[in-house]
Amino acid sequence: MAEHHVTPIRTYVYVFLALLVGTGLTVLAAEFDFGLFNNFIAMAIAITKALLVLYFFMELRQSTRMTALTAAAGFFWLVLMIGLFLMDYGTRMAVVLPVPGK
Amino acid sequence: MNSTPLVAGHAHGDGHRHPAHQFETMEQQKETSTLGMWLFLVTEIMFFGGLFTAYVIYRNMYPAAFAAASSTLNVPLGAANTAVLICSSLTMALAIRSAQVNQRKKIVLFLLLTMVLGTAFLVVKGFEYHDKFVESHIPGDKFKPFNFVLENEHEASVAYAADPLYQRHAEIFFSLYFIMTAIHATHMIIGIAILAVLAFYSRRGKFDSGYYNPLEMTGLYWHFVDIVWIFLFPLLYLLGAHTK
Repeated sequence: MAEHHVTPIRTYVYVFLALLVGTGLTVLAAEFDFGLFNNFIAMAIAITKALLVLYFFMELRQSTRMTALTAAAGFFWLVLMIGLFLMDYGTRMAVVLPVPGK
Repeated sequence: MNSTPLVAGHAHGDGHRHPAHQFETMEQQKETSTLGMWLFLVTEIMFFGGLFTAYVIYRNMYPAAFAAASSTLNVPLGAANTAVLICSSLTMALAIRSAQVNQRKKIVLFLLLTMVLGTAFLVVKGFEYHDKFVESHIPGDKFKPFNFVLENEHEASVAYAADPLYQRHAEIFFSLYFIMTAIHATHMIIGIAILAVLAFYSRRGKFDSGYYNPLEMTGLYWHFVDIVWIFLFPLLYLLGAHTK
């Protein structure tokens, strides 16, 4: 990363358009009842959008490995925390109230 | 496009750029800023992460109440606001790019555009908050119970909907909605204030291809706030969309 490479405007505009399409898709997908898969679809789209922002707008593709590792560590920690919390609540807690329809 | 190495004392753009005295080169200075900014953003991930975790757990516990409460939010406004924020991320990236190619007037222009879009987001959010206050969907003793749309006529569902606890669970959703969006909005307000300062200095010609660290660091912050919203929008607004 000796010198910065200037990203063409076109690249930013494509990323911008992709993000808009992603927003449209997530609204559209929510209109249908896929059961549990609604969550997966919504999160898959959100994670894709976040990666686009991280990679292009936040220039992680041009950053040093140290910076990329730092960023990845932050998100990894978040995944760990949510994952472990869910394991804890999912295995130790009795269902508080009947879940409708289940 | 000028690709002169950004070395200390190297003539570049309209003048000489020297790093602060603790750095060897401009490049090292920039890398240090970037890493430092990312460390700050990691603390921000943790900060918002706690709220997202609380959201995930409560939603797992009370999915029906969350879906019902979520369906009272205004999806078109939320989606429009998402588009506005994405737009502001584009203008922010273009402001930094303008500095990289020494188009100083465009830096100011794109920074101002970013501020306008950020403000537009906050105004729309203000109207949404207003709606919630009018509908009395504010957690607390003024919380107005409302009829949830049931996804099915299952016996347990009907009993649950009639239970006053159902309303309490909806209040948990609104508590999370308000605290998460309010903290997000606070970040936007801080971001807009920083952008105003940057626009002022850009107007004075402080930034060019030789030095634009403050622009780039603010860009990282602004895009991060955008990412938070990218997750908040589907998690808060779209849970009950298919039940309507």
